[in-house]
Amino acid sequence: MDFVNAIILLLNYIFIPALTYGSQLALGAIFVTLIYGILRFANFATGDMMSFGTMATILFTWYFQSLGVSLGVLPTALLAIPFGIIFMIFYMLLIDKFVFKYYRNQKSPPVQFAMVSIGVMFVTQAVVRIIIGPGDRRFFDGEKFIIKAREFKEMTGLNEGLALKSTQVITIFVTIVLVSLLFWFLNRTKTGKSMKAYSDNEDLALLSGIDPKKIVLVTWVIAGILATIGGALYGLDKSFKPFTYFNNMLPIFAAAIVGGIGNPFGAFLGGYVIAFSEILLTYAYKKFFMYILPESMEPNSLVQLLSTDYKFAVSFSILVIVLIYRPSGIFKGKVL
Amino acid sequence: MRKNLNVIAAYSIMMVLILMVGIFQSWNIALSIFNLCLISAVMTMGANIQWGYAGLINFGIMGYTALGGLAAVLISVDPVQEAWRAGGFDILMALWLIVVMVLVIRFILKRFEKSKIRTYSIAAIIISGILLIRFSAEPGIEAIEAVDPAKTGFLGGFGLPIIFSWIVGALFAGGLAFIVGKVALGLRADYLAIATLLISEIVIAIIKHEDWLTRGVKNVIGLKRPAPYEVDLQTTDWFIKLVEKFNSGKLSVIENLADRKAALNQLVIEGSSVFVKLCYSGLFLVVVIILLILTQKALYSPWGRMMRAIRDNEEAANAMGKNVVKQHLLIFILGSAIVGIAGAMLVTQDGLFTPGSYRPMRYTFLIWVMVIVGGSGNNFGAILGGFVVWFLWIEAAPISLFLINFFTAGIPETNALKAHLIESVPYFRFLLMGLGLLFIMRYRPKGILPEKIEIK
Repeated sequence: MDFVNAIILLLNYIFIPALTYGSQLALGAIFVTLIYGILRFANFATGDMMSFGTMATILFTWYFQSLGVSLGVLPTALLAIPFGIIFMIFYMLLIDKFVFKYYRNQKSPPVQFAMVSIGVMFVTQAVVRIIIGPGDRRFFDGEKFIIKAREFKEMTGLNEGLALKSTQVITIFVTIVLVSLLFWFLNRTKTGKSMKAYSDNEDLALLSGIDPKKIVLVTWVIAGILATIGGALYGLDKSFKPFTYFNNMLPIFAAAIVGGIGNPFGAFLGGYVIAFSEILLTYAYKKFFMYILPESMEPNSLVQLLSTDYKFAVSFSILVIVLIYRPSGIFKGKVL
Repeated sequence: MRKNLNVIAAYSIMMVLILMVGIFQSWNIALSIFNLCLISAVMTMGANIQWGYAGLINFGIMGYTALGGLAAVLISVDPVQEAWRAGGFDILMALWLIVVMVLVIRFILKRFEKSKIRTYSIAAIIISGILLIRFSAEPGIEAIEAVDPAKTGFLGGFGLPIIFSWIVGALFAGGLAFIVGKVALGLRADYLAIATLLISEIVIAIIKHEDWLTRGVKNVIGLKRPAPYEVDLQTTDWFIKLVEKFNSGKLSVIENLADRKAALNQLVIEGSSVFVKLCYSGLFLVVVIILLILTQKALYSPWGRMMRAIRDNEEAANAMGKNVVKQHLLIFILGSAIVGIAGAMLVTQDGLFTPGSYRPMRYTFLIWVMVIVGGSGNNFGAILGGFVVWFLWIEAAPISLFLINFFTAGIPETNALKAHLIESVPYFRFLLMGLGLLFIMRYRPKGILPEKIEIK
């Protein structure tokens, strides 16, 4: 019985939260990696673009709520996401036309792109804050829990409860569907394959008749979808605050690089690597050991490797270690 | 003289702008803007040495600034004897363990050939060392943090004059830059940017959460000042006389003696804070001028030429026998050390150390905007960038408020859109910075005062 309790404990406090957080990071990381692989720059506006998409989603959610439209037990935001995506893509294409296109035609070095993306970051941050304000916004509605901790305890008679939030299930489900679709698109369709070719060798791809304008357009469309959904899922699960999104850019970068930049599948797994290591290293295992060890060996301290304050520092340290020892990432992306 | 006309013009315009703030808003605001402009100028000089001279991208400016600030705390605060007694020994032991660990790793690196076993054993040493330090220092840290947590709860510093911290801050930042440089300088440019950004976040995380060293988010307040205190000035005779002399015209108009006294009192209170700010301006100006002279000398020295050669063509410089790796590391350390000075200056001026306020927008990206806008590779340009951008950063809110009111003059105050816009005035500074950066990058990629190398 104690053993089952221990497993439930880990599921409740480590596995499910890490899986959710990892999914949110993974979507962002694929976004970063696609932009890096195809448009060839590190996009420092990632976090703020995600917050822009989320902001659009929130505005539509409020609009639907005011109209009285709802999805019953599901959050209304799911209905608003497609509209948010359209807004996001429109904004991204606008930025691309007025900012990035010029440097692409000039064949500027990646550093210059990165600088320009900082300008975009400032502008996007301002736009989001001016439109929706810097405060904390919750836009979740519908049923909050699928399984409540107490109900689970009563149902199974265990000491440990397992709480399953609906946002967690939605996040994981949507991520799996979206990522499968994306990989199907990249590996099976003609456009997807030409995107890969363009990423591998630009000149060769151009010679074989691939239209670079179309590639760029499709990349931004996919990026818009990923950014909005990733951002909206994070906002649903936690809450929406522009500053948090800016900060999330850092673990997202870490995930993309750890997975091997330019490699979407690596970025996908990288998200989970970062999320699990952050949570595994900062969780206090005292209760877990109390269940599995005999009473005489119970630990006195919290058995916590690092305090939770260092959550972000964990992912950054992993990144630094990966950069030093295996700069191409765990799953072999481009060599830096 | 002719050649430098644009430099002189640009700086004169900047000075006029600051004077206008003094005349139309208040001299207090003008001087605080000016002081922060000077500090920003020191930071941009540091960043400019790295980016403009050597083409190294450093997004970790925030980390070095914070380390400089930490130096100010550690130098100027009086030691907390009780805390040292409670946990000083444990902390010293932990420091010893770190030194031993580093020595052991160095020994292994020197003695053994590169192999998988060596890598793994080093990793094992680091992990077990961290665990050992964490568990051995834990009781000491808890004891220190328990000493009067509302007021101290940390080890304190050395109780020296805070000016010394400007040098120590440079040493701290240079030391960190040495480690970061050893680790990360081999990376390609945009990855160096990400790596330095993340490392600076780690530094901030440590400063924020190691309360025994920095008090963390509880902040350290009331640091000693190199300048006199306002309260003391207000009761000093010579200062009151000075204020009286300065304002004799204004005061003589007032007939009533009691009124004149009250007016003088008010002027003294205002004057004292202006005077203190002037003292800081003087100190900062000295630092800026010294650094400017040194960096200008370096720029035109053989060493500066070598750095430009390395920046413009690394392979060629390497082929000519220049040690690119070593020079990169050196310039990374020098630039970061200058940023460290600025960090210590900032804390000196504020008189308080707030680890929670170190955010990458303000301390990394804004500095980069300054360097790019001002003109990378040109010291005068970088300093001007610091002035212009900081001025706009502060004055963006009043300017945008004016513009909003101007364009929506016909709309009544109760209009929801207008009210919303006026409410979000503080965020227009981000918009201004972003647009400024984008326009400069597009139409004047070398900045307001571009790099100009004269062969002498």
